[in-house]
Amino acid sequence: MDLVIEARDLRKTYQMGEIIVEALRGVSFTIERGEVVSIMGPSGSGKSTMMNTLGCLDRPTSGDYILDGESVAEMNDDQLASVRNRKVGFVFQSFNLLSRLTALGNVELPLRYAGITEGRRERAQAALEAVGLKDRMLHRPYELSGGQQQRVAVARSLVNNPAIIMADEPTGNLDSKVGKEIMSLLLNLNKDRGTTLIIVTHDPTIAEQTQRVIRLRDGELDPASEIKRKG
Amino acid sequence: MSFSQALLEAIESLNGNKMRSGLTVLGIVIGVAAVIAMLAVGNGAQASITGSISSIGTNLLFVFKGSPDGPPGPGGGGRGSGNNDRPLTLSDAEAIADPLAAPSVEIVAPAIQGNGTITFAGENTTTTISGVTPNYAPVRNLEIAEGEFINEEHILGRMSVVVLGPETANAIFGHADGIVGETIRIEGQPFRVIGVLVAKGGGAFGSEDNSAYIPFTTAQARLIKRTSLDEIDVLFVQATTAESVPQAADEISNILRQRHRTPIGDDDFTVFTQQDFLQTFETITGVLTIFLGGIAGISLLVGGIGIMNIMLVSVTERTREIGLRKALGARKKDILLQFLTESSLLSLIGGVIGVIFGWLIAFAVGQVATATGNNFVPIVGTDAILLSTSFSAIIGLFFGIYPASRAANLEPVEALRYE
Repeated sequence: MDLVIEARDLRKTYQMGEIIVEALRGVSFTIERGEVVSIMGPSGSGKSTMMNTLGCLDRPTSGDYILDGESVAEMNDDQLASVRNRKVGFVFQSFNLLSRLTALGNVELPLRYAGITEGRRERAQAALEAVGLKDRMLHRPYELSGGQQQRVAVARSLVNNPAIIMADEPTGNLDSKVGKEIMSLLLNLNKDRGTTLIIVTHDPTIAEQTQRVIRLRDGELDPASEIKRKG
Repeated sequence: MSFSQALLEAIESLNGNKMRSGLTVLGIVIGVAAVIAMLAVGNGAQASITGSISSIGTNLLFVFKGSPDGPPGPGGGGRGSGNNDRPLTLSDAEAIADPLAAPSVEIVAPAIQGNGTITFAGENTTTTISGVTPNYAPVRNLEIAEGEFINEEHILGRMSVVVLGPETANAIFGHADGIVGETIRIEGQPFRVIGVLVAKGGGAFGSEDNSAYIPFTTAQARLIKRTSLDEIDVLFVQATTAESVPQAADEISNILRQRHRTPIGDDDFTVFTQQDFLQTFETITGVLTIFLGGIAGISLLVGGIGIMNIMLVSVTERTREIGLRKALGARKKDILLQFLTESSLLSLIGGVIGVIFGWLIAFAVGQVATATGNNFVPIVGTDAILLSTSFSAIIGLFFGIYPASRAANLEPVEALRYE
């Protein structure tokens, strides 16, 4: 069994003024390489915290988190940045493209921070081709439709060949037709490349398309909705 | 991320906000231009004054009546000034001219000076009238453009002859050539023009070009009356060499102390050397330059604060961008480098434009000075250029540190959530 994510007893507490908020109260699970998993839960369930932790944007207060063989929980900021760069691709609800840069420039960004200069352009072009934007490479974000912008974001997330792609409500800002297209693009990429895909969503129709659903409630795994597996 | 990439991104970012970048740069442009122009004017003034002091004549010493504590000048007084001071006399001059008593003294030229009105054919001008001896010309480096200078014969005969400075000649004749032999009136008395001087430009004692020289004896007897007949106003002394000037000053002081019977430290005369002049003026212009440069430097500082302000706004505005970059793998130093590059690039561009503007201002000042007849050329030194551009880049760096470190230390989670 090839585990790409191994989370053991993850806990996260925030200090909000005088009150201590427990966002995660001991969550343990594993995700295999190549799996498509959705994380669901009502707001306040710790969904965002879970995504930030899995995406190495934040450290858990306690517990172990092993991403693709690297123990992340004890890393410092720069090490985390390096892990994010090499192992995590992000797709956000609001696309988060830099408006000054072309589609190509946006896709090149992770490679820039990886210190890759040689073949950078070619890799970014290949990624854009993979999401079907071959003829839109030199357009800036405001010249692209929402669906096209999200495709650029998907290309950006996979350009560094990450171990996981974290998608946070990837269809949330799109109409249902375009949303379906983006979902099938992500699922195809998973099928073709074997990239592990983690989708944070509260849309059941999205969750239905994933192999497994991790449900959170009050910072814990919801025992009522134990893992369901699709073939 | 490499520096060249950071530079490229900084250019992209500044280019994306042209209006704001331009206005931010303006503060630095004005600051640097002011520094460059001020230093150029200061240096130019210094060079011009140094030049004109040199043109007074090398190895030159001046001897005045009055104690050294008072302001120098004919009849200048200070402590113990007034009627108790014995005036300098012709016999003082003769004693100083004695090569045995004062071996470092080469030439001595006594003079009396007063103001007078010169008229010719209805034109008139007021100028300094100096009664001088033939020695005056070599001591003061005067050159004759036309005719001759005053000679012994004129002195002995108390002749009514005059040598005019070119400005004075221009004022009454409208030109400075072909006037030898004309007769002009000084304070109503007729004088024949025997020579015209070469123009020298402004000097420390007012312009030598605007003056008239008559024989010492003629002045004494007819134009510039003094209480005693052999009283003189200024004694111009030329030392044998530039190195012997201090020695000559000592010798002159000793002779005069003896003759005036004054104890050391209670002199009733002042010996002033050209070096004293140079030093005084260099101190004055030096202070002036620092003062002007300092004021200009303050505006540079204000420009730097402007940069910091805009960078802080920019960091706040781009919080989400910073969060995204961090999510994509930017380390702290990448973000730091990005914003520092932006701020230093801003101020460096401002510095370069400022140098060009400052140079133009200095050039314009020089043109105006030339047009108004002043021999004054502002000097834009490479040191000033290097100083102000590097200073402005450092200012950009310094005032960029705080905003950049604020950007670098943003938490990615917080930054991504920022609306």
